[in-house]
Amino acid sequence: MGYPHPSHPKENPVLSKHFGDPEARSFDGWVKRGGYEGLRKVLRMSPEAVIEEIKTSGLRGRGGAGFPTGLKWSLMPKPDGRPHYLVCNADESEPGTFKDREIMRWTPHQLLEGCAIAAYAIQAERCYIYIRGEFTDPFQIMQQAVEEATAKGALGDNLLGSGKRIEVILHRGAGAYICGEETAMLNSIEGKRGNPRIKPPYPAQAGLFGMPTTINNVETLAAVPHIVIRGGEWYKGLSLSNPKSTGTKLISVCGHIQRPGNYEVTMGTPMKELIYDMCGGMRPGRTLKAVIPGGSSVPIMSAAEADECLLDYEGVVAKGSMLGSAGMIVMDDSTDMVYQIWRLARFYAHESCAQCTQCREGTAWSTRILERILAGKGKQEHFQLLLDLSDNMTGKTICVLSDSCAAPIVSGIQKFRHEFEAYIQGARVPAMAAV
Amino acid sequence: MSGAGQQGQVPAKQVEAAGQEHASAHGGHDTQTAPYERVFKRERLARLDQLFTKYPTKQACLLPALWMVQEARGWISEPAIGEVAEVLDLTPAYVKGVVTFYTMYHTHPVGRHFIQVCTTSPCNICGAEDVVKALLVATGCGELGATSPDGRFTVIEVECLGACGFVTPVLIDDDFIESVTPENVPGILQRYQ
Repeated sequence: MGYPHPSHPKENPVLSKHFGDPEARSFDGWVKRGGYEGLRKVLRMSPEAVIEEIKTSGLRGRGGAGFPTGLKWSLMPKPDGRPHYLVCNADESEPGTFKDREIMRWTPHQLLEGCAIAAYAIQAERCYIYIRGEFTDPFQIMQQAVEEATAKGALGDNLLGSGKRIEVILHRGAGAYICGEETAMLNSIEGKRGNPRIKPPYPAQAGLFGMPTTINNVETLAAVPHIVIRGGEWYKGLSLSNPKSTGTKLISVCGHIQRPGNYEVTMGTPMKELIYDMCGGMRPGRTLKAVIPGGSSVPIMSAAEADECLLDYEGVVAKGSMLGSAGMIVMDDSTDMVYQIWRLARFYAHESCAQCTQCREGTAWSTRILERILAGKGKQEHFQLLLDLSDNMTGKTICVLSDSCAAPIVSGIQKFRHEFEAYIQGARVPAMAAV
Repeated sequence: MSGAGQQGQVPAKQVEAAGQEHASAHGGHDTQTAPYERVFKRERLARLDQLFTKYPTKQACLLPALWMVQEARGWISEPAIGEVAEVLDLTPAYVKGVVTFYTMYHTHPVGRHFIQVCTTSPCNICGAEDVVKALLVATGCGELGATSPDGRFTVIEVECLGACGFVTPVLIDDDFIESVTPENVPGILQRYQ
């Protein structure tokens, strides 16, 4: 079942099969749909065998980085008496992305089953799910699901009668995009400001409360029960282009599009099919101008690049951007690119944790320079200034927030320079008052 | 958040409207009219004790404890920061550092209904700025961050609410409302007296 649109024949609904079906929310409803069979199966396997199955599947992190999930789990040390932790990243805040919200709203037990399996595999007894503070409904739904699953014995002290213990604790964020960065999230759970940590040590060595920790995105964990039940080989076979990108991916499509929503496609599906067939294309009389394919933190694609792009990790990189979290922002010919790039820069300036100078100063000054250009006070030298700033913001900070601010600025200047020129040369009416 | 952002600042009007209780939030305890009533007693204290079992440190209970304060009082005052510090064995300065990092904690009083409108790019290109204008007019707030003269509403702009396919999402108190347009703003506001 699709949501909020009916499922399109070109989709491949695995995780999203029960979106829009309120009965799938309850424990019994989920069990009726095959729920918790994956966990039951896993409890008869060794943790190592579970990790091998996930490695076979080729599953990669769905939060943005695309790190192989099985490999991540295998980096956890052997149990030595210290607690291990699983952290589920449900701080979905990347502009353009709204898939994890639907997974939690419609299929909370799908996520809980994935958490239980992952916790078993990495030998953790506790899983914290960090849900962003604004997600009030998903939080309540997840809370109810945790209580129900615990009451029914699918979580808690004696997992489905196996004697294994896995406790799931929901932790509510309080409005900070940066807490989606995994080490900032660990700090936030520990009751600190959400400043990202310097790596190494990596979370598997010293993570939450200094203990070995694995952090996985909601969508990654939701895929796990399906892989366990149907086999890693099955999942690996879901690949239309590059064998390094396997399975299905939820793509959140928004912006200037006829039918925005979440679409679950097999890796390697052409972006063109998604935009024009599944989403119904542009609004009447409009043409495609640009796509930001992976949430706002990735380079902007031109319409020509989007037309040739295949939706998998390598396919999007081949067209100069990144799949990221697959929050796809579609922009038609009515879009003022300079204004939207400024709006993104303002977002990053607002969300910078201000630890690193390049980010704190770079995001703020980039925003101000873009404001000057939009106010009709731009100069030719502003191009070089923005590019120099972006260079200093890329690859030089503790986390990638400032890189994310630079990505749309640099790609925007490369691909839509004439729009900046129009403001600078006075050929376009200023979009804002001088600051 | 804590960065160089322009959002979340308190306009002058807000500071005046907040009156004496707000003054106390900036350290003038002697100007407070009523003695501070503790948040963590009875039922909430029991909830806090329950929280301690979920985390290996008391410090980790800070975000949930601050949420409890905000639920009880509507905002997090200086004395409340002191109380949270006391129950979690932290210093008030440390707690304040955390409170000010996270945008959802209010460090000053707000209207009875707190409205957060998303205006980040995906919503922006679909007309979120018009929704903001409609909200500022219909609530009587006039400007972002200000509280309406009747104390009923405060409206702020926020960054991505994570519902980009349902433009424009608006969070009123704990109600997450999808697909808000300038036209349906008045009808929605009627539900919040």
